[in-house]
Amino acid sequence: MTVSSLLKRRRGRTASLLPNYVVLTLLVLFSLLPICTLLFNSLKTTAESRLNPLGLPLRGIRWQNYPTAWVQGHYSTTVRNSGIITLGTVAGVLLVAGLASYSMVILDLPGADGLVFYLLVGSSMPAQLFMVPLFFLWNKLGLTDNLLGMIIIYSATMSPFATFLLRSYMVAIPEDFKDAARIDGASEGQIFRHVIVPIIWPGFLTAGLVAGLGAWNEFLFAVTFLHREEVKPVSTSLYAFVDRYSTDWGLTSAASVLMILPVIVIFLCLQRQFIEGLTQGGLKI
Amino acid sequence: MRDRSLQASYELKERTRQRVWRKVILPWLFVAPLLLLNVVVILGPSAGSAYYAFTKWSGIGPAQWVGLANFRRLAGDRVYHMAFVNNVKWTLIFLTVPVTMGLLGSALLAPIKKGQMFFRIAYFVPYVIASVVNTQIWRNILHPTRGIGVMLAERGLKFMDVTFLGSRGTVLYTIAFVDMWHWWGFLVVLYLAAMQAINPQLYEAARIEGATRGQEFRYVTLPGILPTLVFTVLMTIIWSFLVFDYIYLLTQGGPAHASEVLSTELFKSAFFRFEVGYAAAIGVSMSFICTLVVAGFVILRRRGWEI
Repeated sequence: MTVSSLLKRRRGRTASLLPNYVVLTLLVLFSLLPICTLLFNSLKTTAESRLNPLGLPLRGIRWQNYPTAWVQGHYSTTVRNSGIITLGTVAGVLLVAGLASYSMVILDLPGADGLVFYLLVGSSMPAQLFMVPLFFLWNKLGLTDNLLGMIIIYSATMSPFATFLLRSYMVAIPEDFKDAARIDGASEGQIFRHVIVPIIWPGFLTAGLVAGLGAWNEFLFAVTFLHREEVKPVSTSLYAFVDRYSTDWGLTSAASVLMILPVIVIFLCLQRQFIEGLTQGGLKI
Repeated sequence: MRDRSLQASYELKERTRQRVWRKVILPWLFVAPLLLLNVVVILGPSAGSAYYAFTKWSGIGPAQWVGLANFRRLAGDRVYHMAFVNNVKWTLIFLTVPVTMGLLGSALLAPIKKGQMFFRIAYFVPYVIASVVNTQIWRNILHPTRGIGVMLAERGLKFMDVTFLGSRGTVLYTIAFVDMWHWWGFLVVLYLAAMQAINPQLYEAARIEGATRGQEFRYVTLPGILPTLVFTVLMTIIWSFLVFDYIYLLTQGGPAHASEVLSTELFKSAFFRFEVGYAAAIGVSMSFICTLVVAGFVILRRRGWEI
């Protein structure tokens, strides 16, 4: 095949992909335009959002919505609460799932198959089945309206998937590595810290991102278990805020943007791990 | 002589003990936190639900055993029926529309080299945004007096002047639309990953045989991603029977139960009306459906399906 015919074929293929690009671009607009309307609204005055509810802010940009939303939405409290819940959940999930997957793969846990089956069944138990008795149990233990109570719940619901994810990373560790460390007289703890963790930390990062995102965004448990204003996370507090200021789109939109901003930033920085974690770990239990 | 054999048996015992410690106890200690959390948060309360479903209980005081009364009430309850039918509709919508869109998007995206990453990220963004915010976005866009419906009606599309979330005929489909908007891009990425795992030689062979793009999709792509497709179908059924966030956030099941689903009805009966036993019975009925799907999943796996 000559170079020119190769080029022609190449050009032919690119040209034939034009309809693909057109449809895919339309789909991008479908995905992102609604989010753009939120951004635009967050920069408008109430009066303008009434006259021009979906378009760009044309009468100047009103940054003031953000500090106002921060103060009136009690963000200094709710961000702190959500931050504690999120970081606590990530730490809890990684610890619990790290230990469990380590045991399954490296320590050759006897009966691992049974555990896998149990976790598969357990993680497909709907929250609606255990939520109601859990609420009354937590109430009795003083864990409702309590950030630690939420961390425990999220750690329990999210550690099965993280265990599976980390397990798939650990299976990839070559057997020689562990044996070499063991011959050198390393304890299990040392092997874990100095051999396993460096190799599978991308797995930890991925699992942590998924667990953190889940905890930050979660709504059902949060609305059920946290009622006092001082312990409310961003999600349920934002829901109440939007309800209270339903006519003031500038303010409520700014409050919404404040909630998603950290997520979007982290997502754009670590999108590969995010997508991998959510598609493989989150779904393929 | 006797001392030595005693010594040997002692050593043997000690070694066995160490072996048992290393091979059995230590590994199980490592999984103990996971099991403990799971039992306290999920398994125990789930068993609790299975018990309370047969009782009348307000959440305080002792529960009173009532046998099958809650389930009999479910069977005759109009709201439960409406909710169940809505869950079935929801399942059918989610099995068709987002799966089709996901397949379309990923099939169009698979042959593209330039910008594939950009498209993937763009489609994925709505999926990482919290349900609280996504519903807020669409509540504004679909607002009955300033939203897109009114704007389109003013520009001549009279039929678009609909109170999407306020009328009984449209509310369920509108919420499903919003939920799908945030969900379909996830499927694109998922199917795309599955498509890229297909052996490229199969495509080459198809091309040499003179297959059209449609035939390529039908005979190479679709069989290649079948495990992923089946998996998403099963998960879609489960999730459709558990859906809560988008409905609760947009309408709380209203107007007049038109968008009621099982989980919103459960939530309201437990925490608004304090009929805990009845709520537990709804939960048990929901789990039953999920169990059927999981059983199907296990059976398919036993038959050698890679899902």
